[in-house]
Amino acid sequence: MKHLTLPLTPSAVESLRAGDEVLLTGWLYTGRDAAHKRLAACLAAGEPTPFPLTGETLYYVGPAPARPGQVIGPAGPTSSYRMDPYTPALLEHGLRCMIGKGRRSPEVVDAMIKHHAVYLLTIGGTAALTADAIYKKEPVCYEDLGTEAVCRLYVKDFYAIVGIDCHGGAVV
Amino acid sequence: MRELSATAVQRAVAAMVIDANCRISPQVLQQMERCRAEEEQPLAASILGRIIENDRLAAERCVPMCQDTGMAVFRVQLGQELHITGGSLEAAIQEGVRQGYREGYLRKSIVADPVFHRDNTGDNTPAVIYYELTEGDRLTLTFAPKGFGSENMSAVRMLKPADGAEGVKAFVLDTVHHAGPNPCPPIVVGVGIGGTFEKCAQLSKFALMRELGSSHPQPAYRDMEQELLRAINEMDIGPAGLGGHTSALAVHIETFPTHIAGLPVAVNICCHAYRHGTVTL
Repeated sequence: MKHLTLPLTPSAVESLRAGDEVLLTGWLYTGRDAAHKRLAACLAAGEPTPFPLTGETLYYVGPAPARPGQVIGPAGPTSSYRMDPYTPALLEHGLRCMIGKGRRSPEVVDAMIKHHAVYLLTIGGTAALTADAIYKKEPVCYEDLGTEAVCRLYVKDFYAIVGIDCHGGAVV
Repeated sequence: MRELSATAVQRAVAAMVIDANCRISPQVLQQMERCRAEEEQPLAASILGRIIENDRLAAERCVPMCQDTGMAVFRVQLGQELHITGGSLEAAIQEGVRQGYREGYLRKSIVADPVFHRDNTGDNTPAVIYYELTEGDRLTLTFAPKGFGSENMSAVRMLKPADGAEGVKAFVLDTVHHAGPNPCPPIVVGVGIGGTFEKCAQLSKFALMRELGSSHPQPAYRDMEQELLRAINEMDIGPAGLGGHTSALAVHIETFPTHIAGLPVAVNICCHAYRHGTVTL
C-alpha cells in the first residue's frame, strides 16, 4: 500500500501503475455530471473555471446529506464514464487525477497519456466506509446543484486502487 | 369494507424507505461472506470484506450503505375490499417518500425533467409506483430504492421465438458482459421474459424485489437461473470489476405469457446493495 499526498506531484503520477493500492491524504475537489457540464462550458467559452484545475484531483461523488455533527454523509464514487465527454478538455487544462468507478473511453485514456494524468478507483457502494476517511468539507461553487455542487474535501488515508495509469496501463 | 388511513400508509412508507436504505438483508450479507471465503484472488476477497464492513457499519449507524439512495420504486398490491380514508393512496406514498428521504438524511437524486430542465426536485419525489388490485382487504407495499449506476446498465430486447432459451441466455450474458465493472459488482440480475415490451421490463424490476437467491417455481427456469449465475461468475468481472469469481450474487427470472410472434426479454441489473422492504397493512 502506497501513501500519497494530494494534490499529486508529476513524479508521483509517473510512479503509479495500474493495480497499485494507495492511501491518499490531502485536499481534493468533488464534481459529477452537472458540474462537469458547467466546467466544460466555462472552458469552451475561454473563461476561468471557478476553482483551479492545474495539478488537482476530482472525485466523482454526490454525497448523501450529513447528519448533525457529521462532516459529510455517505460518499462513495459514481460511474466515471458519464464524465468522459467532458474529461479530455479538463485534462488539457491541467487536471491530474480523477477518482471514480468503472471504465473510461479510449479518448479519455489517450488524453491521460498525453497530459500525464492518473485515474483511481474507489469501491462502489462502500459509501459509509469511504465517508470515514473524509475530515473536512468546504463549499466551492455551483451550490444550486444540491448534491452535485463542487466541494473541497480533506481526506486522510483514503483508500483507492490505480485503475488506469499515465502510461496507459489499466485494470478496468 | 375495511378502512385504512392515508396517514398510516405515509408513516409506514417513511419508515420503510429509511430502513431499506440503511439495512441490508441477512441473506445478502451471508451470500457475500460465502463468496469471500471462496474467492481465490486476495484483492477480490479484500474488496468483498470492505463491502461487508461498509454494510455492517451502515446498519449500526443507521446511515445509507450507498450515497445513491436511488429512485424510489414501489409495487403496490391493494386488496379490493380495502378503502383508503383521509386522502389518496398515491399522495400518501409520495408524502411518505418525501418524509423518509428528509428524516433519514437520504440523498435526493430526482430531476424534474429528463431533458430540458434537469432541476433537482429536492425531496426525491416522484416515486415510480406500480399498482395491482388483489383479493382481500390488505395493502402490501414493496419498496426498492433503485440506484442508477446499475439501472443504466440494463437493457430490453425483442427476441424472435426461434431464438429460444439460447437467445435469452446470450442476451442476458451479453448485457452483463457489456456492463462489466460499472454497475458495482457483485450484481443481482433481474430477468423478465414474456408479455409485451413494457411488461417484460416491469417483470425484470419485480424480479429484483424477490428475496436473494429465491427460485422461479418452474424447474426449467430455475435451471436457467443457476446456469446463468454460473456463467456470469466465470466471466472474471469480480467485485468492483477487478477480477474474481464473485461477479453476481443471484439471477432471478420472472415470466409471463406472450404473443405467438414474440419473445421479449428485459435485463435489469442491481448492484451489490440489494435493498428493499415490504410492509403489509
